[in-house]
Amino acid sequence: MTADLRTTYMGMKLATPLVAAASPLTGTVDGLLALQDAGASAVVLQSLFEEQIKHHELQVDSILESFTDSFAEARSFFPSLDAYNTGPESYLHLVEQAKEVLEIPVIASLNGVTSGGWTRYARLIEEAGADALELNVYVVAANPRTTAAEIEARYVELIGDVAGTISIPLAVKVGPYFSAMANMAMRIAAAGARGLVLFNRFLYPDISLQRMKVMPTLHLSSSEEVLMPLRWIAILSGQLDISLAASSGIQSAHDVVKLLLAGADATMLASALLRRGPAQLKQITGGLAAWLDEHEYASVEQLKGSMSQAASPDPGAFERANYMRSLVDFTVASPDPRHFYARRDPIPWD
Amino acid sequence: MAEQLITVDGNEAAARLAHKLSEVMAIYPITPSTAMGELADAWSAAGAPNLWGDVPEVVEMQSEAGAAGALHGALMAGAMCSTFTASQGLLLMLPNMFKIAGELTPTVFHVAARTVATHALSIFGDHSDVMAVRAAGFAMLCSSSVQEAHDFAAIAHRATLESRIPFVHFFDGFRTSHEVNKIAPLSDDQLRAMIPDSLVTAHRARALSPDRPELRGSAQNPDVFFQAREACNSHYAAVPSVVRDAMRRFAELTGRRYDLFEYRGHPEAERVAVLMGSAAGAMQEAVDELVARGERVGMVTVRLFRPFDAEALAAALPASVRRIAVLDRTKEPGAPGDPLFEDVVVGLARRPAPPLVCGGRYGLASKEFTPAMAAAVFAELAREAPKREFTVGIDDDVTHLSLDVDESFTTEPPDVVRALFYGLGSDGTVGATRNTVKIIGEHTDLHAQGYFVLDSKKSGSMTVSHLRFGPRPIESSYLVQQASFVGCHQFGFLEKVDVLERAACGATFLLNSPHRADCVWEHLPVEVQRQVIDKKLRLFVIDASRVARDAGLPGRVNTVLQACFFSLANVLPQDQAIAAIKAAIQRTYAKRGPEVLERNFAAVDLALTELHEVDVPAAVTGDIHVRRPVPAEAPDFVQRVTAEMIAGRGDLLPVSALPAGGAFPVGTARWERRDIADELPRWDPSICIDCAKCTLVCPHAAIRMKVYSPDLLAGAPAGFQHKEWRSKEQPGMVMTIQVAPDDCNGCGTCADYCPAHSKQAAKHKSIDMAAKNGGLDADRASWEFFKSLPEFDRTQVKVGTIKGSQMLEPLFEFSGACAGCGETPYLKLLTQMFGDRILVANATGCSSIYGGNLPTTPWSANAEGRGPAWANSLFEDNAEFGLGMRLAVDNLAGAARRLLAELEPQVGADLVAAILNADQSSESGLATQRERVAALRSKLAGAATPQASRLRELADYLVRKSVWIVGGDGWAYDIGYGGLDHVLASGRNVKILVLDTEVYSNTGGQASKSTPRAAIAKFAAAGKRTAKKDLGLIASAYGNVYVAQIAMGADNAQAVKAFAEAEAHDGPSLIIAYSTCIAHGIEMKTGMSHMKEAVDSGYWPLYRFDPAREAAGEHPMALDSKDPSIPLRDFAAHEGRYTLLARSKPELAERLMTLAQEDVAERWRLYRQLAGVERHTPDESITKVAEAAPAAAAAEEELP
Repeated sequence: MTADLRTTYMGMKLATPLVAAASPLTGTVDGLLALQDAGASAVVLQSLFEEQIKHHELQVDSILESFTDSFAEARSFFPSLDAYNTGPESYLHLVEQAKEVLEIPVIASLNGVTSGGWTRYARLIEEAGADALELNVYVVAANPRTTAAEIEARYVELIGDVAGTISIPLAVKVGPYFSAMANMAMRIAAAGARGLVLFNRFLYPDISLQRMKVMPTLHLSSSEEVLMPLRWIAILSGQLDISLAASSGIQSAHDVVKLLLAGADATMLASALLRRGPAQLKQITGGLAAWLDEHEYASVEQLKGSMSQAASPDPGAFERANYMRSLVDFTVASPDPRHFYARRDPIPWD
Repeated sequence: MAEQLITVDGNEAAARLAHKLSEVMAIYPITPSTAMGELADAWSAAGAPNLWGDVPEVVEMQSEAGAAGALHGALMAGAMCSTFTASQGLLLMLPNMFKIAGELTPTVFHVAARTVATHALSIFGDHSDVMAVRAAGFAMLCSSSVQEAHDFAAIAHRATLESRIPFVHFFDGFRTSHEVNKIAPLSDDQLRAMIPDSLVTAHRARALSPDRPELRGSAQNPDVFFQAREACNSHYAAVPSVVRDAMRRFAELTGRRYDLFEYRGHPEAERVAVLMGSAAGAMQEAVDELVARGERVGMVTVRLFRPFDAEALAAALPASVRRIAVLDRTKEPGAPGDPLFEDVVVGLARRPAPPLVCGGRYGLASKEFTPAMAAAVFAELAREAPKREFTVGIDDDVTHLSLDVDESFTTEPPDVVRALFYGLGSDGTVGATRNTVKIIGEHTDLHAQGYFVLDSKKSGSMTVSHLRFGPRPIESSYLVQQASFVGCHQFGFLEKVDVLERAACGATFLLNSPHRADCVWEHLPVEVQRQVIDKKLRLFVIDASRVARDAGLPGRVNTVLQACFFSLANVLPQDQAIAAIKAAIQRTYAKRGPEVLERNFAAVDLALTELHEVDVPAAVTGDIHVRRPVPAEAPDFVQRVTAEMIAGRGDLLPVSALPAGGAFPVGTARWERRDIADELPRWDPSICIDCAKCTLVCPHAAIRMKVYSPDLLAGAPAGFQHKEWRSKEQPGMVMTIQVAPDDCNGCGTCADYCPAHSKQAAKHKSIDMAAKNGGLDADRASWEFFKSLPEFDRTQVKVGTIKGSQMLEPLFEFSGACAGCGETPYLKLLTQMFGDRILVANATGCSSIYGGNLPTTPWSANAEGRGPAWANSLFEDNAEFGLGMRLAVDNLAGAARRLLAELEPQVGADLVAAILNADQSSESGLATQRERVAALRSKLAGAATPQASRLRELADYLVRKSVWIVGGDGWAYDIGYGGLDHVLASGRNVKILVLDTEVYSNTGGQASKSTPRAAIAKFAAAGKRTAKKDLGLIASAYGNVYVAQIAMGADNAQAVKAFAEAEAHDGPSLIIAYSTCIAHGIEMKTGMSHMKEAVDSGYWPLYRFDPAREAAGEHPMALDSKDPSIPLRDFAAHEGRYTLLARSKPELAERLMTLAQEDVAERWRLYRQLAGVERHTPDESITKVAEAAPAAAAAEEELP
C-alpha cells in the first residue's frame, strides 16, 4: 500500500506537503527546476525586499546626482543607461520565468516596509502570474514609545490592504514574537490572509571579533527549531479556518510527520536543502511515505491535525511553557525533564 | 503642421544632426565638445538610426589624432563621417585635416570653439582653435546661436557632400555649446530634402574599393605637386555658391533664411561692425538700440568664413559705409591683424575707395561681450581717429588698446524675465534651472534661455545659472545683467559673494536660509541688507535644506527651490507650474524608481508651504560683513590680484596686474580659506596611536602632524592639543594633529581611515567628524599656532616610512580637488618626501586643474623658498615634456660640474672634490651638498670671470634634482602612451607617477584603456568589454625600469617604500597609483579604506619590480599583496560603476563580471610566476661612463 501524500494549501492542490521555502535556491530558474525535479510540491520564491529596492533606487539616484553639473568640464560622470533595474523588474521576471518552466505552483514572497510598497508590489507580482503570495512581515520594535498594539494594528492594516489588492491566495509569514500569538493569528486570518506560515527566522546582528564590526548573520536552522512551529500549529489548527504551513528547522521526514500531526497543511524547507541539496527532498518524501505506510496511514489528509491540541489526548502539553512540577497531572505521564535537556529545547531562563 | 519646438543646448543641437547624417563617427572627449560625442555614443548605444536607417558606428579613439586618422580611413572607404572636437583636439587633427581636404573628401567637424592653450590653458570659448586650422583647406561655417548650431549642421553636411570640400562647422564653446535655448528641430523629412541621395551616391562612388582599385595618397615630386595642388581651385571657388544654394534650399524647407554674410542695421549705415559667432547676439541688440536712437550703424554677421567670398561681403555692406570694425575672437600675436580682420581688409581692398577698416579683439576665453561693449565699438568708429587696432572688454593699461565702455548702456527689454540662481556644485541647482528652462520652453509659448557658469574647483564650487524667458526668441548672448529674480541657494554665499550685484530694482530675492523669516534679517551681512533696502527687493526665505531633508533628499535643495521660483516668478500659473515641475521630475527620475519620484514630489509640495516673505526693515542692523577674500597678511600679489579673482572680480583686473608669460607665485591656496566643510575632524589625543595615517590619507593636506619639543608649547592658545610622541628615534618630543579649519573640505577620509578606536565606545575614534558649531576662532588660533611651530629637521627623519614622511611639511596643500579625491594624497606624499628638489611635469587633466587652475595653486614652497617646480604643458606630451626637463637639468648640471672643475684653483681642490663626489642619496647628503654649494657661492662672490659668473648661475644644479612626470590614465594609457613608452625606453632618470582613476575623470568619466572590464563608463555604457591594459607589465618588460603598483589605502608602507625606491632608482621609474574617484560611484570618504578591498580581491595587486634587486641576487619582481581573499564581486558591489550595469543589464553584467573575475585570477597567476623569474639587465654603468666621457674630456682640455 502506498499512502496518498497529497495536501491542500490555501486552496492549491499539492502533490506532497513538501514545499521549498524561500531561499537562494528559489532565486534562480535553475534552482527552481532542480527543486521541482527533486519533488517539491510548490516553491516559494526568494523574497522581494521593498527596503532593498528603495535602497537601490536611492543609491542609483545618489550616484547619478552627486556630482552632476558641478564643474565646467563635466556635466555628469556616468553614462545614461536605458533603465535602472532598481525596482522589482528582475523579480517579476523571475516570477514569469518560474511560471513558464514549472508545473508546480509558484508562490511569490514579498518583504515590505510601507503600505504603498506592499500593495504596489503585490499587484505587480499577481500580474506576473504568481499562484499565491507570501507576505513576510516583521518590524524590530526598537522604539520604546511604540506599543505592541500599534505594531499589531499596523500588521492587520497592511495585510488587509494587500488582501484587498490581489485575488490570488495570500499567506502571511510571521515571527513567533507576539504576546498573544493566537489572537494575532486570528486577526491575520480576519484581515484576509488565507494561509499562515509559522515561523519566519531572522537575521541577527553578530559582532566580528576579527573586524570589530557588527555583521548581520543567519545560521541555517536545525531540527530542534521545529518545536516552536509545532506548538503553534497544534494550537491554531482547528481554531482557524486558514491553511497553516510550518517553516523553521525541518530536516527530516520525522520532522514533517510531527508537523503534519500537529496540523500543518504544508511544510516548508530551506536549511535542509541548502545544506544537502535539493535531492534531500526526494529522501524526505520517501521517508514520509514510508512512515505513513509503516504506521498504516492511508493519506496525509488522514494524518493532518490528528495530534493537534484539539485532537490531542494531552491538550495542556502544548501550553506548558515552563518546566513546572506543580502542573504535573497524575492522570497523564509527566514529561521527563531529562528528555527536555537531551533535545536542547530552548529554556526561557537559559 | 505646427512645429514641435525643443529646448536643448548647442552641443545637442549640432550632435543630433551629425548623428543623423553619419555612418562612422570617431571621437575623443575634450571640453566643451565632449557632450556631442557622448550624446552620439549614447544614441548609437540605444540603437538610434541615422537618416538611412542604420545605427552609426561611434568609436572612441586614444586621441584626437587617432580620431582624425580613423575618420580619414572611414571616409576614404566610403562612409559618411563626422566628428566633434575643440581646442588642442582640433590641433591634433590638423595633419589629417590637410589630407582630408587635399583629397577633396566631404566631412563635417563640429567644433565647440575653444581657446588654445598659450600662456595658460583655458577650457573656455574663442576662435583661436578654428583659426589655427584655417590653412588646412576646410570650409569654415560659423553658427552664432543654438538654433544655428542645429541649422548649420544640416547646411554644412549638404554643402560638403556637394562641394567635396570638408567643413569645420563651429560655434562658440560654452556660450553656444552649453546654452540651453528653445529651437525648432529639423524633421527627418526636411533632412532628406536637404541631403539628396545623389550626393550620397556620389560619395560612395569615390570610395576606395578593391572592386575598382585606385592609387590614393601618392608621393609627388617637384615636377607635379604644385600643379596638382592648384587643381582643387575650382572646387573651392564653388563653395560659396554651394553654401548659398544649401541655405536657399534650407529656407524653402524651414522658412529660416541665412546668407554667407548677413547685414542688419540702418539701411544707410556709415559705421558697420563685422563679426561672427555668438557675439552677434549682443551686437544686434546694440545695433537695434543705436539705430532706434538714430545712429547710422549696422553689422555684418559672417557665416561662411572660408572660402572667404569677398564679393558677397561687399554686396552685404550698404554703400554708405565709411568705417568698419572687424571683431576677432582670437589673437594672432605679431600678425598685422587678426584673421577675420585680414580677410575683410584684403576682401575689400579691390573696392574703389575702400572704407577705413579697424580690427578689434574681444571675448578671448569666453570673456563677456555685451551690448555695451558693442556700443563702445561704434563709439570708437565715430571718433575722428579711431584706433586701428583695439581690444574691448578688458582694461589694457599697458599697450592702451582697450576701449572705454559705458556700462550704463543696456538693451535688456522689460518684458523678458531674467533670473539668476547661485548654487553649490553638488546641490542640483544647475540641473533644476536647466529643467526650469525646459519646462517653460516646452510648456508655454515663451522663449527660454539658460546659461550656466560653473567653477573649475571640484569641491565646494559655486554655480551661477542665468535664465531668460520672453515672448520673442532670446538671442542675448551674454550674462544676465539686471535680474528680476535672484535665487541664492546657499546661505553661506552671502558672506563670500555679492549675490545681489546684478539684482534689478524691485527684484525678487529668494534665499535658502536656516533662519526663519522673522529672524533672518539679523543674520544677513550688512552689505546684503543695504542692497535689499536700496534696491527695494522683495525677500523670501525657505529652509530648503530642512525641507529636502524632510522629503528624504538630504542636501538636494534644487527641487524645493525650483518650486519656490515658480511660485514667485509668475511665469506660469502656479498649478500649471507645479504640474509641469512634477512632469519634469517624472521624466528625469522615473527610471530611477518610484521612491525617488515620490521624494521629489514631496519636496515640491512641502516647498510651497514653507516659503515665507520677510518684512524688510527700513534700516540695516548688525555687524556681519562680507568677508575679505584673503587675510590682510597675505602677500602683495595675492592681495592685488589673487584676491580679486577669488572675489569674482577678476574681470576688472587690468592687463598690468597679470604676468605676461603666465608665471604665477606658488603657495596661494593657503590664502583662499574657503571654509566649505560642514564637518571638521576632531582629534582625541588620549587614544591616538601616533600612526600618522590621518595626515597621510588627507586629500587636501588639511590635517597635519608636527613633532616638536615640549618647551615650544609655551604660548599655545587655549584648546591647543598635543600628546607625547612615542618614538625611540625622537625621544622627549610631543606631537600635535591639527586641522586647518578653513581649508578642510570635510570629506571625512581621515576619520574613516583612523585605526584608533576608543576602548569604551567603539564608534569613537581618535579622529571623529563633528559638525562645525558656530565660530571657528579657537580652531583658527590653534592652526595659526601650529603653523608657527618649526618643521622637523629633514635630516633627522626616516623619509621612506609612514611616520617619517608625515613628519615632513607637505608642499601641496588645500587643492580644489573633489572632497575625498584619491589622487591628491599621492601628490602630497611626493612633496613631503622630495618636494624641495623636484620638477613636476603635469599632464592636462584633473591634476592640472586642481594643481594649476587660477585663482590659486596648492603647489607651494618651504620656508627656505624651495618647493616643487610645477608646470603643465599639454595632455598628450607630458612624458616628453618631463624628459625635456630632465635633459635640461642634466645638461646644466654637467656644465656646472665642468665649470667647477675648471675653477678648482679659485674654489679649492677639497671643496671641488667634495661637491663632485658628494653622496646625495640621503637628506643629510643633500643638506651637506647645499651647504657646500653655499660655500662655493661665497667663494665665487667676488670673482668676475665669465666662468665664475656662469658657475654662479648654475651652481644650484650641483644639488641633485629629480623630475617627476605626473598624470592620469587618460594620458598614460591612451593619448600620451607613445611618448610615455619612448621616455621609459630612453633609460633617463625620470620618475613617472600615474594617478590611475581608470577613467577620464576630468571630462566626466569616459572610458580609457585603463577602465576595467565589467565597469561602465561613457563610451562603454554597456560595460567595458575588454580587460584593463597592464601598463606596469608592459613597462617592466624593458627590464631596467622600476615599476610599482600601489594603493595607498591598502598598504601605506608599500606606497611610501615605492616612492622612496622609485626616487632612488637611477633610471626611469613608473608608479601606478590606484586612485579612487567620484567616477567610481563610491562613498568618497571611504575611498582609502575601500582600496583594501581592491587589493584583497586581487583586482589591484601590489608589487614592485626593482631592477636593482637583481644585484642583490633576488628576483626583481616582488609581490606585496597576498593571494586574493575575497571575490571580485564583493569589491565591485561597493562601486556604482559596476553596480549600475548590474541594475541596468543584469545578465550582461553577470557575464562580464565572470570574465573580470577570470582577468583577476589570470593576472594573479601570471604575476606569481613573474615574482619567481630571474632577470638580468646588462650593466648600464658602461654606457653612462661613455656618455659622461666627452664632457670629462672637454673639461680636461680646458684645464690650464
